[in-house]
Amino acid sequence: MSTMTINLKVWRQKNQNAQGSFQDYTLSDVSEHMSFLEMLDVLNEQLIKEDKDPVEFDYDCREGICGSCNMVINGRAHGPKRLTAACQLHMRNYSDGDTIVIEPPRAAAFPVIKDLVVDRSAFDRIIEAGGYVSVKTGAAPEANLIPVEQHTSNVAFDYATCIGCGACVAACPNSSASLFTGAKLAHLNSLPQGQPERKLRTLAMVEQMEKEGFGDCSNYAECEAVCPVGISIAAIAEMRKDYVKASFS
Amino acid sequence: MPNLLQAATSQVGRKILTGLTGIFLVLFIIFHLGGNLAIFGEADAMNRYSLMLHDFGPLLWLARIGLLVVFVIHAWIGISIWFRKRKARPQKYEVYSSKGGPSKQSLSSRSMAFTGVVLLVFVVFHINTFALGDMDTVLIDGREAADVKSLVIDTFQSPVYAFSYAFVMLLLGTHLGHGVWSAFTSLGLTGKKASAMMYTIGGIMAIVLAIGFLFIPLYIYFGGGCEAALIQCA
Ligand code: HEM
Ligand code: FES
Repeated sequence: MSTMTINLKVWRQKNQNAQGSFQDYTLSDVSEHMSFLEMLDVLNEQLIKEDKDPVEFDYDCREGICGSCNMVINGRAHGPKRLTAACQLHMRNYSDGDTIVIEPPRAAAFPVIKDLVVDRSAFDRIIEAGGYVSVKTGAAPEANLIPVEQHTSNVAFDYATCIGCGACVAACPNSSASLFTGAKLAHLNSLPQGQPERKLRTLAMVEQMEKEGFGDCSNYAECEAVCPVGISIAAIAEMRKDYVKASFS
Repeated sequence: MPNLLQAATSQVGRKILTGLTGIFLVLFIIFHLGGNLAIFGEADAMNRYSLMLHDFGPLLWLARIGLLVVFVIHAWIGISIWFRKRKARPQKYEVYSSKGGPSKQSLSSRSMAFTGVVLLVFVVFHINTFALGDMDTVLIDGREAADVKSLVIDTFQSPVYAFSYAFVMLLLGTHLGHGVWSAFTSLGLTGKKASAMMYTIGGIMAIVLAIGFLFIPLYIYFGGGCEAALIQCA
């Protein structure tokens, strides 16, 4: 098994108010089979043995479904590979002697909590503003009570795959949350269950997105390029159309 | 429900307005280029065209005011997007690069605010030179008309004018390289194929418009004005 030496330049920041800086680390014996996060685990083991503070980074599932692990690797959200979350990235994408710069997503709306971990509750507040469908509680309704056309259900599902990782914000030159908000809106607004609250939802989520301090969309489409589940910027165009409809009727 | 002003100034509303005003400005410059090309027509074609526009009287003023409003809204929102972007990311990345693929990051898209501000400054100088400049009068069908054509030909004898105009027109092309596609996307263009096609059409429009506009000053400069083969002077 081939191993390599990897040089890391990692953003370290004690807390939200502290001044952060980059620290250099060198790891020898990195296996090409390790995932990117396992490589960071190795770094942290090394730091703990040296009695130093380990690097804080977010993860949960480590299989690309929870969206926790968003970090910016050599200037790209989730690293070099398309349709891949940082946790699904493998060290075989790097070569012996490479230097990797790791930064947290940078946006005023995503303040750093510690090191690579940012507070993404701005996304939660956008969802709270309207990213839901109101239903009566009680026994689960009959699954096919409301017919959904195959095409509609496919479209809604494509948008529903958003894992809320925030890579779109991290990569956008304007730090816009338009892809996230657009995907959530397009998901619910395309289903029959989403129709009663469609207008209110659209207006409220757009308003919240702006309140949180995310930037404007300039149609750079970088968000689509970094999205680990490949959500298309068509979501943003749908949001604009829905916004016009909601404002004029 | 938001009122019209709130809707128009919201983040999504602003983007739609940039697109609408952008398309309007593109339509205007296509029209404008048509007028400019009259310089290659018969000796009095350009001045005749100018006289025809002036004959619209109050309507011409209405169009001018409308154009000014559209231009100011477009520039204002464009510049405010730039300021907001700086506020939205106070701490810059140490390393930043595009992931490619569907990304539309390019020299053109990244320089929208810069090319836009240059265009803004240019338009002020441009109006001062050609709309407010000193013009002789000529007779067209027995009526007095401004000799715009001679003013244009004289102005572009100067290398400073000819080359700076040509350069700004390259920047206009750069602005439109992303702008035309972006405007349609801002107005709700979705489909993958339609979007790819619009990107190509937008690119071609940007190149054609830029070449159309910059050809005139350079041709006048290098061709020696009235000496040039394609230009007839009275
Ligand atoms: C002849 C003049 C101009 C034309 C034909 C033009 C055309 C366009 C078009 C078609 C767009 C795309 C709109 C969209 O993405 O929704 C655009 C965007 C833009 N324009 Fe212009 N424009 C002109 C002048 C200006 C001026 C004077 C400024 C600024 C001072 C400006 C700043 C911008 C900016 C910053 C954007 C990008 C907006 C964004 O980030 O989304 N433009 N322009
Ligand atoms: S850790 Fe869950 S998506 Fe990466």
